[in-house]
Formats: sequence, structure tokens, C-alpha cells
Amino acid sequence: MNIVVPIRLMPNIGDELEVDDSGTDIDRDLVEMVANDFDDQALEQAVLVKEATGATVTAVGLSGEGIEQALKVAYARGADRIVLVDAGGIDPYDSRTAALAFAQAVRGLEPDVVLVGVQTPQDLFGQTAPLLAAELGWPQVSVVAGVSMSDGHARVNQEYAGGRMAVLDLTLPAVVGVQSASSPPRYVSMARLRQAMSEASLETVSVTVSAPAGAPTVARLERPAPQAGATMLEGDADELAAKILAVLRERGALSS
Amino acid sequence: MGDILVYIDPSINERLLAFARPLADAAGGKLVALVAGADATAAERVTAADVVLEVSHAALHPYVPEAHLAVIDAAIKERNPDLVVFENTTAGYDLAAAAAARSGRPFVGYCLGLTLDGSAAQAVSAVYGGQLEATIDVPLPAVVAVNSTALRDDPQAAPSVERAQLAPPTELGSLRTAFVEAVEPSDEGVDLTKADRIVCVGRGIGGTENIPVAEELAEALDAEIAASRPVVDSGWLPKVRQVGKSGAHVKPKLYLTLGVSGAPEHVEGMQGAELIIAVNKDPGAAIFNIAHYGAVADLFDVADELTSLLSE
Repeated sequence: MNIVVPIRLMPNIGDELEVDDSGTDIDRDLVEMVANDFDDQALEQAVLVKEATGATVTAVGLSGEGIEQALKVAYARGADRIVLVDAGGIDPYDSRTAALAFAQAVRGLEPDVVLVGVQTPQDLFGQTAPLLAAELGWPQVSVVAGVSMSDGHARVNQEYAGGRMAVLDLTLPAVVGVQSASSPPRYVSMARLRQAMSEASLETVSVTVSAPAGAPTVARLERPAPQAGATMLEGDADELAAKILAVLRERGALSS
Repeated sequence: MGDILVYIDPSINERLLAFARPLADAAGGKLVALVAGADATAAERVTAADVVLEVSHAALHPYVPEAHLAVIDAAIKERNPDLVVFENTTAGYDLAAAAAARSGRPFVGYCLGLTLDGSAAQAVSAVYGGQLEATIDVPLPAVVAVNSTALRDDPQAAPSVERAQLAPPTELGSLRTAFVEAVEPSDEGVDLTKADRIVCVGRGIGGTENIPVAEELAEALDAEIAASRPVVDSGWLPKVRQVGKSGAHVKPKLYLTLGVSGAPEHVEGMQGAELIIAVNKDPGAAIFNIAHYGAVADLFDVADELTSLLSE
């Protein structure tokens, strides 16, 4: 059993992002790039399946600043192979073209299943899982919390609003959009990371893709206007706590 | 052409028809609701579309993505609509971008608003966890997915509803995806939807070792503790405590957030709260756009101080 996990780098949305001079993108010189949260979950899920079945896990990333490091981290977390996909430059918003590049790489790797994070903070032009599946002609399930595999099948838990779930069975090959692994991503020690950095060997493949004609374009990027009524409280922690308490009393929000 | 095709989710998201009605008016076309089910029961309930396009087949209920995608594909071929509109539900994640890829149409997700002008649409979409909004030019025909938070209006019945049937596509006979069983939410004695007061922790809480800070505040407020998705995915609090798209949808009297960024998926589950107070160290956090009161501060300092004041 072979599992491919695409790894994508994203701006750290825990930081305050600034719009650049073009007005259509964030200032990428200022942002810290981190592995997409959901890709961490997909990788953990792949490693859990590997532990249960002896599967081989291959992490793949599209060429770009920082991706080699991210792939080596994936190796430290349990990937057996790491593959850098040289796809030329792809617009960071253009998840659609990126999915075509991943599809070409996946065809060459011939996995039984692709586990990929359900979304990214910038996949405005489509999530990778459905786009990749459509390109490959494989069945797909997204918003999945927990995957198990046996005998050419994947069992996935798909989540819906209100905490409802269903178990679906996929005949492989298939693509799964992972929201969360069966158990949280495990801690990787600094020693393990250092060891992985020196022993991981990066494979490289080249693919040729071009953006589909008639693609949407970002005309403007801006901070949303706060909704009316939002009041910012000022002061140090003591003052803020006192002001919050005053609001709670005034609005009758405390228990009687 | 000129039609707006709306995919009706298995949960019957009729508010999406209210969202799409002005688009059909602008396009001078019909508002077409696509309803896929085991029989016509669900389709009969839809009254806010000009055309209800019904597809009935045993493989269409319970929901499996592959079956519904085949139906959407067939509907797009049959009606050739200017715009296909999905809600960003689980089914929307499965189907919207895939339908765009299969029909060779552009796709834009996470829409908060949409206008049509001749041969193009303009979408406003949430990006970077809701921190920023992108205005996007979209050539038609296209496919879009709309965030649930943007669906505020209830639909009005159409003056007349044409009921049409679409033949089930042959793909339904050779699906590689099977429904196995439904899993109801686990009952662990916690029902966030019934709580009057909720203290919700986000990624900013930093780790499981810091949860007691929030628990003490929750206790002092007589509130339930809740969490955003990253906290639950990291295993810091159990799933039953999750609020948001794939967690509980709550409307308490008080919703106090500590270190919650306010991603659209979280906001979907709590925007109906009567009083929202947000504490986050990042002044650009999206949560401040929907909170009634906000404080840019270290959540630990504020939580400790507030707990002390409440305990006096």
C-alpha cells in the first residue's frame, strides 16, 4: 500500500498579515511560512495507517522557498520518501493549477490513496482534494476525521454540521480530504528533527503545467470592515478585566 | 444560458436560494434548484426556485459524494447555467471545485457576496482565515461556493415553480463509494447548544497545560468550556467541546473567546450569540470583526484578572 501526502506551505495566519503595494496579495516578505495545518493532520493519518498496515508514505511538495525543509520535517514525522515536484512558478492563490501539478506527480508515484489536508487558508480557486480527484478520475471524500485501510478499500469518517458523521467506504485508488487524523499529530523531538535533516534524501521530479484559460483573478485584497457595534476595550489586563465585567453586568450576562 | 443552478445540499439549504435569487434576476434567467434524493420527497419541499430539477435514485440517499457529483455533472450539461452555486457545507467541499474541474469552468470558493454583470461575476471571498477579503473577477460560466455565514435571508416562495426531472446518470450504477453507517454525536453529558454562557478557547491557549486557566474562568462565570477546531484537533479538549462548522452551532447569552482567531468555519457555529467578547493578542484577528466587544491583550493575564474579580 502506497500513500501520497501533499505538503503545502502557507502564511502563518496567527500573524497579522499586511497587503502589499499591488493591493492584490499579502506582503510575502513579511510572513512566516508554515506547513498547512490540515496537511499535518493528513500526514499523521498516513503514518497511523502505515503503523497499522505497513504502508509506505510519500510526502510531496511543489518547489518554492522553504518546501525542502518542510518535506524533511515530514520525513522526521514518519514519511518514508520525500519528493520535490518542480512545477515552475505557480501563483499562490492558484490552487487549481497546483492541483494539476500534484496530479501529474501522483500519476508517476502510483499510490493507492492520496491523503491531503481538506483546505488551506488561500485555496480560493478550489480545494486540492476534489480538484485532484477530478483530474485523476478517482472517487473522493472531504472533511474526513479518521481513515483506516484494508484490502483495497479505505474507510473514512466524514463530518457534517452539528457533529454528525457517516462512515463511507472507498474503493481505491481514491483521494481523501483530511480534516483531522484519528489521533492528534505527535510530538517530534528536536533530536529527531536534526537527525532527519541530515539523513533525509530528497527525490525530485519535474512536471509541466499551465493555468487553465479563463481563470478568475484577484482584483483587490483588503481587511474586512468591522461590523457595526464592535467596541474595542483599552487598558492593561486589570482594566480590561474590570471593563469586561462591567459589560457582563450591564448586559445581564452573569448568572443570577 | 442565463440560469443560476443551485445545488441543494442533503440538509436542504434553502437560504442559498435566497442568496442566489438576485443573481438570477441580474442574469435574466431562471433560478434552478437541483435536488438529488432517493425519491421526490425533498424536492417537493423546495418552493423558492423557478425550476426544481429533481433526480431520484436509491444511490443518492444517504449522501455519498461520487453519486451527487455525477448528478451535478449531468445537470450542468443539461441546463448549461451561467453560474452553479453551492453552500460551503461538507457536500460543498466535496462537490463544488470538482464540478468546476469536470465541466471546465472556473471556481471561486469561500464567497461572502456575489454580483453579476453581463459576462462576468464579481465575488468577495474570505481568505487567510477571514483576516482578509479578496474581490475576485470571475468569467462566466462559473462555479462558486458560498460560506454559510453569508446566508442570512430566508427564501420567498417563487410565483410559480416548474417541476422537472433529470434522468439519473448511468454512473450511479458503478460507484466506487459506499455509505456504511451514520454516526450520531457522542453524548458525554455535554450539550453546548443548551449553555447560556460559553468560554471558548482557540489556538492562542497554546497547549493542554493551559486549559485550566480557561476552566477556572468558565467556572467563575458558570459557563461551559468550548474550543475551536485547532484545539480539538490537537487533542487539548474533546470533540464534544467543539464549536463551528463541524462542531456545535450555539446561540448562548454570552460567548467569551480566548485566543480564537475567528476563522469563518468557527464563526458559522457562534455568530448567533447574544453577546460576543473576544480577547486575542493579534489586533488583526478576524474575531474582532464579529465580536461586540474586543480586547487586544494577553489572554492569560485577562482571564486571570477576570476570574479574580468574579470570585471576589
